[in-house]
Amino acid sequence: MSAFLKQSLAGLRVLLVMTVVLGLGYPLAVYGVGRLMPARADGSLVVVDGETVGSSLIGQAFDGDEWFQSRPSVAGDGYDPLASGASNLGPENRDLLATVEERRAEVAEREGVDPDQVPVDAVTASGSGLDPHISPAYAALQVARVARVRDLTDAVVQDLVARATTSPELGFLGAPRVNVVELNAALLALQQ
Amino acid sequence: MPVALAAVLQTGFLVLLLAAVHVPLGNYMAGVYSGSRHLRAERAVYRIGGIDPDSDQHWSVYTRSLLAFSAVSILVLYLLLRVQAHLPLSLGWTGVAPDGAWNTAVSFVTNTNWQWYSGESTLGHLAQMGGLAVQNFLSAAVGIAVAIALVRGFARQGTDRIGNFWVDLVRGSVRILLPLALLAAIVLVIGGAVQNFDGAREITTITGERQSIIGGPIASQEAIKNLGTNGGGFFNANSAHPFENPTAWTNLIEMFLLLVIPFSLPRTFGRMVGNHRQGTAIVSVMASLWLAAVTVTTSAEMRGFGTVPGAAGGAMEGKELRFGPAASALFAASTTGTSTGSVNSFHDSYTGVGGGVTLLNMMLGEVAPGGVGAGLYGMLVMAVLAVFLAGLMVGRTPEYLGKKIGRKQVTLVALYILTMPTLLLAGAAITAASPGLVDASVQDPGPHGLTEILYAYASAVNNNGSAFAGFGANTPYQNTALGLGMLLGRFVPIILVLALAGSLASQRKVSETTGTLPTHGPVFVGLLGFVVLIVAGLTFFPALALAPLTEALL
Repeated sequence: MSAFLKQSLAGLRVLLVMTVVLGLGYPLAVYGVGRLMPARADGSLVVVDGETVGSSLIGQAFDGDEWFQSRPSVAGDGYDPLASGASNLGPENRDLLATVEERRAEVAEREGVDPDQVPVDAVTASGSGLDPHISPAYAALQVARVARVRDLTDAVVQDLVARATTSPELGFLGAPRVNVVELNAALLALQQ
Repeated sequence: MPVALAAVLQTGFLVLLLAAVHVPLGNYMAGVYSGSRHLRAERAVYRIGGIDPDSDQHWSVYTRSLLAFSAVSILVLYLLLRVQAHLPLSLGWTGVAPDGAWNTAVSFVTNTNWQWYSGESTLGHLAQMGGLAVQNFLSAAVGIAVAIALVRGFARQGTDRIGNFWVDLVRGSVRILLPLALLAAIVLVIGGAVQNFDGAREITTITGERQSIIGGPIASQEAIKNLGTNGGGFFNANSAHPFENPTAWTNLIEMFLLLVIPFSLPRTFGRMVGNHRQGTAIVSVMASLWLAAVTVTTSAEMRGFGTVPGAAGGAMEGKELRFGPAASALFAASTTGTSTGSVNSFHDSYTGVGGGVTLLNMMLGEVAPGGVGAGLYGMLVMAVLAVFLAGLMVGRTPEYLGKKIGRKQVTLVALYILTMPTLLLAGAAITAASPGLVDASVQDPGPHGLTEILYAYASAVNNNGSAFAGFGANTPYQNTALGLGMLLGRFVPIILVLALAGSLASQRKVSETTGTLPTHGPVFVGLLGFVVLIVAGLTFFPALALAPLTEALL
């Protein structure tokens, strides 16, 4: 046992040194490099008229027909960064099935379209609950409503959607997507 | 571009990256563990620890050092979590309760990173970076050390020494993990991963609501959590969280990180035993199993089998739009094949088949390609078993790399192979058979509920750490039982592997004859893959049939 104790003391000393190197030195070094690009390292904040209104990486809930709607979120009461997460409901779960049908009917009614036209991202909650993106299909579905409520032409709104759209990197990484936070921030900036 | 083509190109691109890097990285790692020169910084660590870095250890001393270091690590991390309220950068969070602190301390020291908690509402920055991230490095270095010790057992002869644990630990951390993690973390910051020491910052959103933007040393933790196949997220949402994994290309980098060391270590093995073809055989088996898992998971998620995906128009519940089903499935198959357990999408909502493959990946014993170090030593143990079975078939004394596989070696291998399934099935059975425990933790009814239990114990015992997260693991019973599963699932196999290393090192090599089974050709690759599948299949088929297979047929 005394051999084990001796090894443990050596282990404790090694652990403390390594904690200084790996637990303080390493994150501080990354922090130092991050200061060269604070816009990225501090969360890609979105600023409208000098006010920080969010992060382009973190989705928001948008109440009201004048806004593009985000995906459903189960992070807290919706898009709460203090409670990130998913529903974790299984593929045969009856409650989830009912929720999906409810969301479909809601979106179809709001946009005045056939329920079959509602895309999958409009009826499913994301993994983080903070997904800032919607599909180009879901954005296209919302253009007419947003233009009507805001008294803009469809073409103006479509142009903003195009500017908030990202294609898959290298053509094959990920999916085409529209950033709802950037899109709604552009709408806000346009009419202020 | 059609989505199926994009999925194939993405996987192909990842394979190309890994193929390009595994040779130089594997060679470099062999050099790290073979050289006798110490860096000045390393000498300083040895001096402070009172360690003689030039003395090789008997396997029992190596094991004792490893266990002592791990015990101290658990104790220190436990205390850090308990008293975090009184430390700087605590962000006002209270100390973690005893059962939760025990679970998390064990979880990070065993390279599991099972998380019953949400980082953003439980832990301060010092606990994350000074406690959890430190163990992300060190537990990974311990895993590689054990694999290297076993490789030395094959490479050396007529000695009872298998290396120096402290030297292997420090070199793995300082020369391999630290530089790679630093580089990766900077790349992630460029992609938008956050790195500062801010707390939650209140802002007014576009519609005038309040929202907290959370800061922290996120990118640094993200890099090592994937590189070291740890998996513990800064946030509850793990790598699905946009601050951990902001874009589709950072997602590719993160998948590369979690695969790169496990897929490079077979090259290290080949180099250290003086025959690269031996390493190629091992990596071929790993890659074939991984690719098979990727293919099945990806096609299942892209097609969206099952009631809810069918009704929704696709399997997007629990998935991020910037990744889509293909990049989510590729990540899922890789994170469960490597014992990482970080997730960019939530496996509990996967299709029956996709979720079943993630579970099966862990039940294979984490060898395709497995965790850093753990994957290689797990696969080498299977290789010894494969050689033994082949020897039985032709009636010859089995040998692997010139070492006779006798009674002692086979006994150790058999015990190794029995440990994981015994812990997994016993742990899952106790929960499944206790109505009180089922009510307290299981979320979904029917076969999916059983999958949640099996997944939790498979994840803990194999030191993976991912979850069917609907399973409510934060109860005193589950925290304690899963903690025990992680502890025994990590250290019992390690002790057996180091004993095996000692017994092999002490043997003289026998020379190859025409009757020796070649262990570098396609026949052996096929045999080894078959043995891995058949061992897991025979052990787990009844459990899989009751849970994910039943669900897939619903």
